[in-house]
Amino acid sequence: MLRKVARWIDARLHISALYASTAGHTVPASAASWFYVFGSGTLLCFGIQIVTGICLAFVYVPSADEAYTSLTYLNEQQTLGWFLRAIHYWGSNFMVGIMLVHMAQVFLFGAYKYPRELTWISGCVLLLCTLGMAFTGQVLRFDQDAYWGLGIGASMMGRVPLIGANIVRLMLAGPIIAGETLSRFFTLHVFVIPGLILALVAVHLRLVLSKGINEYPEPGRQVTKATYEAEYKALLQQEGVPFVPQAIGKDIIFSGLVMLGILGCAAYFGPKGPEGVPDPTYIRTVPRPDVFFLWLYAVLALLPDYLETVLILVAPIVGIALLFALPFIAGTGEKSARRRPVAVLTVVSIFLVGGILTLMGENAPWSPPMEAWSGAPVPAHYIEGRAPLEVQGALVLQNKQCRNCHSLGGSGGQRGPALDDVATRLTGDQLVRQVIQGGGNMPAYGKNLSPAEVAALVAFMQTLHAPHAAVARDATVPERPDAPPTTGVGR
Amino acid sequence: MAMQQHDASQAPPTGVSRRKFLLLIGAGLNAIAAALLAAPILGYVFASFGRKGPSQAWISLGPIDTYPENQTRLATYRNPFTRPWDGTTANIPCWVRRITGEQFQVFAVNCTHLGCPVRWFQASRLFMCPCHGGAFYEDGSHASGPPPRGLFEYEYKIEHGALLVRGGQLPTLAEPV
Repeated sequence: MLRKVARWIDARLHISALYASTAGHTVPASAASWFYVFGSGTLLCFGIQIVTGICLAFVYVPSADEAYTSLTYLNEQQTLGWFLRAIHYWGSNFMVGIMLVHMAQVFLFGAYKYPRELTWISGCVLLLCTLGMAFTGQVLRFDQDAYWGLGIGASMMGRVPLIGANIVRLMLAGPIIAGETLSRFFTLHVFVIPGLILALVAVHLRLVLSKGINEYPEPGRQVTKATYEAEYKALLQQEGVPFVPQAIGKDIIFSGLVMLGILGCAAYFGPKGPEGVPDPTYIRTVPRPDVFFLWLYAVLALLPDYLETVLILVAPIVGIALLFALPFIAGTGEKSARRRPVAVLTVVSIFLVGGILTLMGENAPWSPPMEAWSGAPVPAHYIEGRAPLEVQGALVLQNKQCRNCHSLGGSGGQRGPALDDVATRLTGDQLVRQVIQGGGNMPAYGKNLSPAEVAALVAFMQTLHAPHAAVARDATVPERPDAPPTTGVGR
Repeated sequence: MAMQQHDASQAPPTGVSRRKFLLLIGAGLNAIAAALLAAPILGYVFASFGRKGPSQAWISLGPIDTYPENQTRLATYRNPFTRPWDGTTANIPCWVRRITGEQFQVFAVNCTHLGCPVRWFQASRLFMCPCHGGAFYEDGSHASGPPPRGLFEYEYKIEHGALLVRGGQLPTLAEPV
């Protein structure tokens, strides 16, 4: 009886035919590999994001006035609200991470080559959409980081020539970052970009069905436009297997692990933020982007300023154009990574550079710690046995916020060089010049220090060297062998 | 079947058939309707590219006596162009430097590099930015770090003993204050 009902339904909906042409489609047996699990893993993350995102939207209020309160309500009062926020946050981390691995794998396996150009391009657009989701999602966590993150975005857009002001207004939906800005980003995060992603996923999967999944590359086998499709067809006939159930096993295992990973991280680490009411008058804040954009934050700190505007505006366009053009530049030939050293080097260097920049963004050695001048005292042994003038200089060093940029004994800012052995690098005259005129990324203190303060400060800094270390000296003055030994006590 | 055959036999041997004509009329009608629909939608979404409403107004920062000479103080104001649901985001801070008498300088807190809030350090007479380490002198000029110019400065005037500044929008390199 049940079978009869099923057949009746199938005769109308043609489900079995649909199944055979999608889940049951033939794939090369070699594609049932552990390397081929990342695409489905990314899709699974997206599914989790949709479900948890809808749940969060039940409670979240996209109003500049109340978003923050609704987030703390979610965290603290709504049953399991904290957990769903945590899953949504960790789901986004996993999604971006797995997507990047998927992209690297596809690149290294030559899967972007003929005839899968569109599969690659739709994947690239999906990556951009996902990064768009990451940024807009960070904005919806409407806290101080979100507020100043928007300010950074607006400042970058403000560098666009001619129409910069219009773009800033389009982005902020008004003259300042406020209520309509949040509404705009909410709409992008909840309606516009997810809709785009769904459509693009459909295209991406359609292409996987129509052009087939890439076979596991064999070193030495060349892709040519004339022969590839016939070869692929023959390969499917020879050793093709239905995707479900023969080739999906590893995908399912990986998906299960990913889900457990997201749930585990969510349960252990909990949700992120919100950190601090988005009140711009509270300026004692140190804005930091989410982890996906830390590399960008680092790049913007490290670039020489004359390159900055050009790179902010031109580099993304060139980068995206290169990604899109890749299957047309290198669309044929060798697929195996074993015969493509340049491809391997490219991936390794991109991941290395991205990883290092992210780490640097995490530590942000270029950012002055704003409280170091009052919170990081001069180590006691740098003052022991010093003359009164030198002790006075230590006080000047502390009071004039030098420590925000310079460290002593390992604490303090890293924007300028550590001062522990500055006396071995600069002579007294050079120290005076550096303090008064600044330069090399240091502000000039000439107007803000009295001559007495400069004299004390320099006297103190001249004692900063390891015991018996050679102190910097003026090469134009002959060295006197009978000169008294320097007085540095040092560490 | 019979109808189709009938139509086919009726079709004139040259020129536009009745079906093609209907299709053309339909396509044209929809094109006009689509344009009429798209115009207001695009105008709505991209309003920022059209005529701009006022984005600057004179804002009072209170009596000038609240700002001691030769010092720099944080002042806040309610942005003049707000919506009722803006909450705290419409409270905008700025740095007020009273040089002497009625001579002032009022700076936006936003760093000219990427908009982070700069902080004032009285002892070293510097503004420092917590994001990428930009620094500015007390007169707002660039001291060090990546910012491409000095701090954004508001136009100001004094009326009936109160300090007024002209502001109302997020300052960026494209539209400084």
